[in-house]
Amino acid sequence: MIIVARLCEDGPLSIVRLTEGSAISRQAITKHLNTLSKAGLVRSEQTGRERIWRLQTQRLAEVRRYLTQISEQWDDALDRLRTFVEHD
Amino acid sequence: MATPTDRIEKQILLRAPQDRVWHAISDAKQFGSWFGVEFESGFVAGASIIGRIVPTKVDPEVAKMQEPYAGAAFQIHIDRIDPMQLFSFRWHPFAVDPAIDYSTEPMTLVTFELAAVPTGTMLTITESGFDQIPLARRAKAFAANDGGWQAQTQLIEKYVMLTAQ
Repeated sequence: MIIVARLCEDGPLSIVRLTEGSAISRQAITKHLNTLSKAGLVRSEQTGRERIWRLQTQRLAEVRRYLTQISEQWDDALDRLRTFVEHD
Repeated sequence: MATPTDRIEKQILLRAPQDRVWHAISDAKQFGSWFGVEFESGFVAGASIIGRIVPTKVDPEVAKMQEPYAGAAFQIHIDRIDPMQLFSFRWHPFAVDPAIDYSTEPMTLVTFELAAVPTGTMLTITESGFDQIPLARRAKAFAANDGGWQAQTQLIEKYVMLTAQ
């Protein structure tokens, strides 16, 4: 999730800035941005000649909360698996 | 801020031999008994299986709490069964809310991978594909079910603990 981390640390960025100093191709970054955009985690706006991408921080927080819930349910289920296989 | 938003990954070390862990995961009866559900049939690659939450018969108080969830059904679609190594299925994560029609939504892929280690078995669980799930549904699931999810988890946990005795 390099893009999310970069946008989090550096604020809204253009594709040029996102590609800078990265080993990942511009094409791959664009593809990833489109996926994140469909998921509602980033959005872009045209500013003059540049398209600037920014993080949808509230959406990101909601997604993280949802994932945490699922993760915690798995933790509980796996505790039960442990009990099941280790004590018999 | 760097945690992934499209997957959950967990790794646990189980102090049990690989074949014990494999059967606990790949046998529908065994999986159901620790997970807290009764499956209608066995796990076969490519098959769709229905599971139902089964309330405990052991404790009437707990059973009463489980009543709203009794018989709550969900479906899993078995993906791969590589004996002793990997078991995977697709589902709608913990989707037991009767008010929601999950059938039109993408499913996540849950993968269990096993590796023998000197002290037992290393189990890696990955659930992926969350970015495919509509954000509105994800946010709604959180807001509406916050208490509901917790209660459900506790019920299942109590049930399994009681039936394990």
